[in-house]
Amino acid sequence: MNAPLDKTLRRARARAGAGMSRRQAVTAMLSAAGGLAIGVNLPASAFAATGKGPRPMGLLQSPEAIPPHELSAFVVIDPDDTVTLRLPHNELGQGTTTALAMLIAEELHCDWSKVKCEYASATRNLTLKAYGSMTTVGSQGVRTSVNMLQQAGASARARLVEAAARHWKCDAAECKCEDSVIEHMPTGRKVTYGAMCAEAVSVKLDQEPKIKPPEEYRLVGKPTPRLDTRPKIDGSAKFGIDARVPGMVYASVRQCPVSDGKLKSVDDSAIQGRPGILKVVRMANAVAVAADKFWRAKKAVDDLKIEWDTGASGKVQQADLDKAYRDGLDGPMGSARKDGDVGAAFGKPGGKLIEAVYEAPYQAHVPMEPLNATVWLQDDRLDVWVSTQSPPSVLAAAAAAAGVKPEKTFVHVNFVGGGFGRRSTPDEVIQAIAVAKAVGKPVKLVWTREQDVQHDRFRPQAASKWRARLDDNGRIEALDCRVAVPSLLRSLGRPSTGDGVEPMAVECLAGTAYKIPNLSVGANVFNTHVLVAFCRGVGSSQNGFFVESFIDELAHAAGQDPYKFRRAHLDRADWIGVLDMLAEKSNWGSPMGPGRGRGIAIMECYGSITGQVAEVSVDAKGKVKVDRMVIVQDCYHAANPNTIYQQMEGGAVFGLGQTLAGNITIKDGATQQTNFHDYRVIRMAETPKIETYLHLSGGPRWGGVGEPGVGPTPPAVCNAVFAATGKRVRRLPLASVDLTKI
Amino acid sequence: MITLTVNGKTRQVDADPDTPLLWVVRDELELTGTKFGCGIAQCGACTVHVDGAATRSCSFPVSAAVGKKITTIEGLAKDASHPVQQAWLEIDVPQCGYCQSGQIMAAAAFLAKNPRPTDEDIDRGLTNICRCGTYPRIKKAVHRAADLMASGQNAKTEA
Repeated sequence: MNAPLDKTLRRARARAGAGMSRRQAVTAMLSAAGGLAIGVNLPASAFAATGKGPRPMGLLQSPEAIPPHELSAFVVIDPDDTVTLRLPHNELGQGTTTALAMLIAEELHCDWSKVKCEYASATRNLTLKAYGSMTTVGSQGVRTSVNMLQQAGASARARLVEAAARHWKCDAAECKCEDSVIEHMPTGRKVTYGAMCAEAVSVKLDQEPKIKPPEEYRLVGKPTPRLDTRPKIDGSAKFGIDARVPGMVYASVRQCPVSDGKLKSVDDSAIQGRPGILKVVRMANAVAVAADKFWRAKKAVDDLKIEWDTGASGKVQQADLDKAYRDGLDGPMGSARKDGDVGAAFGKPGGKLIEAVYEAPYQAHVPMEPLNATVWLQDDRLDVWVSTQSPPSVLAAAAAAAGVKPEKTFVHVNFVGGGFGRRSTPDEVIQAIAVAKAVGKPVKLVWTREQDVQHDRFRPQAASKWRARLDDNGRIEALDCRVAVPSLLRSLGRPSTGDGVEPMAVECLAGTAYKIPNLSVGANVFNTHVLVAFCRGVGSSQNGFFVESFIDELAHAAGQDPYKFRRAHLDRADWIGVLDMLAEKSNWGSPMGPGRGRGIAIMECYGSITGQVAEVSVDAKGKVKVDRMVIVQDCYHAANPNTIYQQMEGGAVFGLGQTLAGNITIKDGATQQTNFHDYRVIRMAETPKIETYLHLSGGPRWGGVGEPGVGPTPPAVCNAVFAATGKRVRRLPLASVDLTKI
Repeated sequence: MITLTVNGKTRQVDADPDTPLLWVVRDELELTGTKFGCGIAQCGACTVHVDGAATRSCSFPVSAAVGKKITTIEGLAKDASHPVQQAWLEIDVPQCGYCQSGQIMAAAAFLAKNPRPTDEDIDRGLTNICRCGTYPRIKKAVHRAADLMASGQNAKTEA
């Protein structure tokens, strides 16, 4: 009954499920220090099944420091008892380092205080293909790697125990492991992992051990302090922007204000003779200045007289774009889901018809670390230091731009100062390479915040049209939903899906769990010159606002309580569990004073179900203050609740920015906003009290947590505004809506 | 050459006088804990102390820092022993961590003047941006730091 998107969802669930471990091949190797290194390799067919292809990534240490024979290792145990975990995903702040390490340590029974983490090497993995999908996108860190990491930990432990059993000439079943110590239970003899690690390399197991059932977890599921906190409180944590290469110079860049425009001319007479200026580098759609100091480069760029050819796109205004997507609602619709017969249901007599149009604006990512790249191009070698979510694509693009072989290209990733989807394209790296070629020296190129805001690839703007029929019992009998939205994949230069509907366009719509007998979801996906990309929450960040606001409208039209109305349209225990816990924890239904209201929203994305209740106060001038948010998350299993709470709080704050203030607009083809004074984000004073609760259903799948917290916030807040005022907000952000005039 | 006093040491730097202190600290003195976030004193990622006052160094020319006592995150306390750092560690505040040096420097200067802040004081007094949304934990950690300071825990200083 469900359309193609549900196949995508099923495939995603299958690959997140437990079945994968049977196809894993475990290899034991000698580590550089003479210890045990364990690799878990997915055969090529498993990659094909994920549709992702093998992808490599970067590192916290030089790739050359890792000897070739242990490169595919997830876990290395050395004679000094150190346990080194090589992780396939980058730390953007989401806590993946700690969560992934916990998954390995849970099976390994190692001393947590001796665990250290590194990133795996992108370059070596070009041929080894050992680490699965190594990009850090789509809330996938735990979901895609859980099986591999658990198996690596279990297989390492089994080899260490077998080595000890050989040493003691006993049965391995008589041994137990605790905090990196193996004990022969009948005699009480003990030996450390470090002492057994070399011996363990030669152990051949008849079969690889099974991973633990969740009820045996001792570390996983317990709130655990992050491994990366200490360096982040004393200034010692290194980010991409902190890279330093001997002989390095600095570059500042100015890009064409209109994304598809071109550089026409540059007059650099104003900067002639200035000290420290090395070169003005002209690119197709940008100009950079290289100098001995960043400030000199930045000032020089500011003083260039640049002419751009902005073409037809230079005449595009925000009102044109708004009209294009609104008009697009009546254009050709690709079908994402068709259940029952919507047309026939709407034609029936009786019942109640409800219609609405919702719109959402472009949003910027603005991670705190502005885009930057440091490159060192030598004769036959390229080193790139960059904060990225996608070392594999950076590696490929950088190698091509520099004319260096991929296996001679090294992408070094350190801590990443926020990603949110912004750091999957290599624009800044390509520019730095162009400058490095021009000056023949290593270059650090840093975007100003103005460049970052103006040349972001935005969360798409979108429009949606909703039509529903309630039957005489107040149940949704038919729902027709259409969205008009840019294609992320086409904007990023990747092929889109065949019928023009990409999953992100109808995220949280096509896969809805609400039981609606006649349901149609369509999308008209088309692009303008404005570049768009994945942004935390992706399609859920605007579609969540649309669907959960409209469901709220239907509840009120049916004269029903919005929580109970949703519940009555659900048959899935996980969704209902989240809703019930939300109602309980938020004291749903308890009276609130005048000008105050409570709103509820729930959605499923990235393999998790997230519900939020917002409490707001609205003053006489229509100013909205969010006082409290209650969040319930069902990600099925929790690796580290500590970081899940962080992600839920952070997701809500991110979503709150999009609800209250975030608004990118286009004038003469260019971004109007430039920095934090005119693209407003949430600060302390606007942050409500946030409570997070986990409602974990268990079972075979693990859900993501990085993105799901964003989407429910806009509808929860706007539904609360309706409860407080009777006014329905159908366009964001609230800062550009005058509630007194609705 | 410009002479500066940074983290208790006298340093000579070669920089144009209008260069923001931020770039001197980061690129000339290699104290990279202080971060570039916006360049217009909006976000606070670049916060350092100038004679004890929280200062957004991206918009503070190095020439104005001459003769003043500059403290960066690296010089706030020995072994991250400042009560604010200890509270940050205990509450596990950072996510990506990029803004946290600035948050900590802002909080340390704020608490020096407001040893027992209310939630509202914190809302008004701490205005640095964090895109990861660590604000709820920052608020909690500021209260915790106030407790630590009230109970007499002080930062160790460099010998």
